[in-house]
Amino acid sequence: MQILLNNQATELPAHATVAQALAQLQPQPPFAVAVNTEFVPKALYESRVLQANDKVEVISPVTGG
Amino acid sequence: MTAIPSSDDALVLYGQRFQSRLLLGTSRYPSPAVLEAAVARARPAMVTASLRRQGSNAAETGSDFWALLKRLEVPVLPNTAGCMRVQEAITTAQMAREVFETPWIKLELIGDDYTLQPDTLNLVEAASILIKDGFQVLPYCTEDLVLCQRLVDVGCQAVMPWAAPIGTGRGPVNPYAMQALRERLNVPLICDAGLGLPSHACQVMEWGFDGVLLNTAVALSQDPVAMAGAFADATAAGHAAFRAGAMQAQDTAQPSTPVLGTPFWHNA
Repeated sequence: MQILLNNQATELPAHATVAQALAQLQPQPPFAVAVNTEFVPKALYESRVLQANDKVEVISPVTGG
Repeated sequence: MTAIPSSDDALVLYGQRFQSRLLLGTSRYPSPAVLEAAVARARPAMVTASLRRQGSNAAETGSDFWALLKRLEVPVLPNTAGCMRVQEAITTAQMAREVFETPWIKLELIGDDYTLQPDTLNLVEAASILIKDGFQVLPYCTEDLVLCQRLVDVGCQAVMPWAAPIGTGRGPVNPYAMQALRERLNVPLICDAGLGLPSHACQVMEWGFDGVLLNTAVALSQDPVAMAGAFADATAAGHAAFRAGAMQAQDTAQPSTPVLGTPFWHNA
C-alpha cells in the first residue's frame, strides 16, 4: 500500500505499523509522529496500524519565534 | 493600573517564577553561535522553538539545534507556528509536549497568512481544548479586549497580544487598546510580536505589561548579542518604571528650579 510519509509517497506492506514507517524514514531523535493530523505517542508506534493513503508526519525541533 | 507585581518581583506564569521578563525566539540568527551568545547575554525567562518535518531545513534539524537547546539551560516554550486549523494546533502541541517534555505551549493559530494575524474566531476553542488536556497555554492573540477576556475565561493564566504583525518591527500600533487591556485584565500580559526597538519593549512595560516576547528584532539586528542585551535592559527598565509610578503629564511648563530667590530678578 502507499502512504504519504512527510509528504513523500512511500510503499509499505499492507497493515504496516507506524514503527515500520519510521524504519523506512529512519528519523534522528528526538521526533514526534502524527497520522492524519492525530498525534501518535511513542508507546503506540508498534501497535498503530496504517491504512492506504494515510498521511504520516514526523517532525523534529527547529528554531522558532 | 491593575497589575500588582509580586513582592519579590518575579514574573509568575502558571505558578512558576521567572527572574527575567524577556522571552526570546531562536530563529533567523546569523549562526547558532550567535544565537547561543545572544541568549547568554539576555538570560531570558524562556526561549521559543518549533517543530518541522525532519530534513526540511538541513541547517537546522537534527541533533545540533537540540544539543544547543540543552546547553542553553533555559526553559523551552514550543510554539504551534504555521497552524491554521484547531486540530493542527492541538496535534502540534501534543507532539511538542512529547518532544520537548514540557506542558508549556505558545499557541499560534493563524487566520491570515499575509499578516499572520491570529484566528480570533477559533483561538479560544483551541486554548480551551489544550487547557483541559493539561497544557500551560500562552496564546498569541490580538490586542482585542474581549478575545483576551475569553481566553482568560477558558483557563489561560496569561495572554500574549501582539504589538504589530510578526516580524514587522513596527512597535505598538494600537496603544489605546493595549493600555485598555492592562486596565481591564488581571492576568500577566506578554507583548508578543511586532517589536522592533528596545524602546518599544520599554514602552509596553511602562504601560504595565508583564513581559515581552520577541525574536526578529534581535536576530536581524547588526549585532544580535548586543541587541539582546539592549532588549533585556529595556524590558527591565520599563518594568521598574511601571513599579515606580510615573508622574502625571502637564499641559503647561512648571519650573523644576525654585523661583524664589532668583538672582537679578527685580519687581519693576
